[in-house]
Amino acid sequence: MSMSAEIRDSAGALPALEKESGRDPRSDRFVFSWWHLVLFPLAFLMLIPMIWMIITSLQTLNETRHFPPILVPSSIQWQNYTEVLQRAPFARWFLNTLVVTVVVVAGNLLFCSLAGYAFARIKFFGRDVVFILVLATLMIPFQVIMIPTFIIVRKLGLIDTLGALIVPNLAGAFGIFLLRQFFRSLPIELEEAARIDGASRLGVLFKIVLPLSGPVLATVAVITFLWTWNDFLWPLITIYNPDNMTLQLGLTTFQGAHQTNTHLLMAANVMSVIPVLLLFFVAQRFFIRGIATSGLKG
Amino acid sequence: MPGLTFDRVSKEFPGGTVAVRDFSLAIADGEFMIFVGPSGCGKTTALRMVAGLEKITSGTISIGDRVINDDSPRDRDIAMVFQNYALYPHMTVYKNLAFGLKERKMPKDEIAIRVNGVSSMLGIDDLLTRRPAQLSGGQRQRVAMGRALVREPAAFLLDEPLSNLDAKLRAQVRGDLKRLHQRLGITTIYVTHDQVEAMTLGDRVAVMSNGVLQQLGAPQDVYDRPANLFVAGFIGSPPMNLLRAEARGGVASAGDLSLPIADLPDGDVVLGLRPEHLRPATDGQPSMEFQVEVVEPLGDGVIVHGTVSGTLVTAPSGDDEVLPRLAGERAEITTKFEPTLRPSPGERMRLAIAPHHVHVFDGRTGDVIVAAGA
Repeated sequence: MSMSAEIRDSAGALPALEKESGRDPRSDRFVFSWWHLVLFPLAFLMLIPMIWMIITSLQTLNETRHFPPILVPSSIQWQNYTEVLQRAPFARWFLNTLVVTVVVVAGNLLFCSLAGYAFARIKFFGRDVVFILVLATLMIPFQVIMIPTFIIVRKLGLIDTLGALIVPNLAGAFGIFLLRQFFRSLPIELEEAARIDGASRLGVLFKIVLPLSGPVLATVAVITFLWTWNDFLWPLITIYNPDNMTLQLGLTTFQGAHQTNTHLLMAANVMSVIPVLLLFFVAQRFFIRGIATSGLKG
Repeated sequence: MPGLTFDRVSKEFPGGTVAVRDFSLAIADGEFMIFVGPSGCGKTTALRMVAGLEKITSGTISIGDRVINDDSPRDRDIAMVFQNYALYPHMTVYKNLAFGLKERKMPKDEIAIRVNGVSSMLGIDDLLTRRPAQLSGGQRQRVAMGRALVREPAAFLLDEPLSNLDAKLRAQVRGDLKRLHQRLGITTIYVTHDQVEAMTLGDRVAVMSNGVLQQLGAPQDVYDRPANLFVAGFIGSPPMNLLRAEARGGVASAGDLSLPIADLPDGDVVLGLRPEHLRPATDGQPSMEFQVEVVEPLGDGVIVHGTVSGTLVTAPSGDDEVLPRLAGERAEITTKFEPTLRPSPGERMRLAIAPHHVHVFDGRTGDVIVAAGA
């Protein structure tokens, strides 16, 4: 990992900061490559659902049912968006989702750091076995643990509250694994120096290790955000009151047994996907790092 | 300030590797002690046990009267400089220096006074706002020293602090270190594998091999009177020439050299001849024929490599029972001459050594039998 190399360099005696020599990277950005002939069509293919969603969100209900699909709406129906906001407690769902996501992300950063650090640096009986067990949970499909988790959450009295969405997700094997791997790559002398300087174990974690772990913490945050924001199945089985719904769950209320308001559903979808898109543009490299370094998909 | 004592300290790692064995040593208050030895000899492990970074398997380490075996690193009142300096990359130099004081809840204004005092003493005042990545190797080294000094610890531990510097800077910082120690008089343990540092810096050196203390003494004493073959071969550059010899009736014979040596018991022995004590022979002296192979002029002297008839002994590492021997009719040896004396490669000459300069070691145990100059 290049971050650890950077830290090693600045902690060690290698020559100070080598400026990336040579060309301005910006001028390299638009250079043509034959790969583009493959990548542009592929990128377009990936974008089609997104584009279709936006187009549909601006059509009338009748246009959405037309076959073959109408790709250019006769008139742009902005009122679909206002109708969504009027017909459903959309703002409430948005807020619920935001609260759940922020708390879960914060919880993951804190608890996964603590667990990851213990697995990385503290020697205790059975450490490696426990770590392997934690890793093994990554291989268990959610559907398998759904019912036991539901029973636990019900016994905690959290069914049909936001707590049901937060508590079981406060820490995850994925974050623990990612952080442990990163912590192990930091030079241990930094931690030893801090302990001699008088820092406690927690002091070492919070004052030395975590400040140096920015990129990996960002990766955990971004991926946890994505998972939590888009989670549908777990809210579906634990939340019944429309006031406690998250966006993904709320969106289904536009789908009825006999009729689906596709135009409204798509308008709501566009609005719910905007935060994720924004995050992706801002933190793209952390998504990629998370997937590339762990081999796990986000 | 109190001294530091190792009492029969051993360290065994999980898996059975013994890094330090039955190590006993008393370091006086304010003493500059060097732990020297080849890599893997246990010197760094010994240091890390003092710091509290390694658990002690048996024995005790105390500072003054206080046994510190079970104290956490923060309670030991020691400071350490790491080989790679271990400066906190995300903090400025000022924060690096202040970190240990802040962790000990020292008031802010007092921290400022201490940090400024140490940084002006080390000449790093103008670097306080920089980060470690923006410093040169020498500057980082000084910041690492500063971070240790600012705490005013009872003992100062240095783990090969100069090994990441280039040769010129190393010589300069070596001088600075010695001056600093003379000025502050902090009890110091300095770990190195570099014998120039061992010779120049320490009040005393502890030569270690395979986790065992081989010899303890003032640097010059260790150089002049090595206790065994290991120390003889390790201390000195170029190293001492060790030749297998046979002792009969007070005369040691190695190849064509026959030296009368006082108090010499009969048996297998090893002769230790320092390169600088070998001289071109004058008539009538006991001598050996030397064939010159390589000549290295140094400016203030000439190092000459060549061969003599006989069998070379390589210094054993630690407690090997049987001394490894390099068989062969010719033994490669090294001499050091005055700059005016410059033989040419291929030349044959006779070398002599004054008998009182010869070290004699037991051929079986490697321990010294007759010390030079005795």
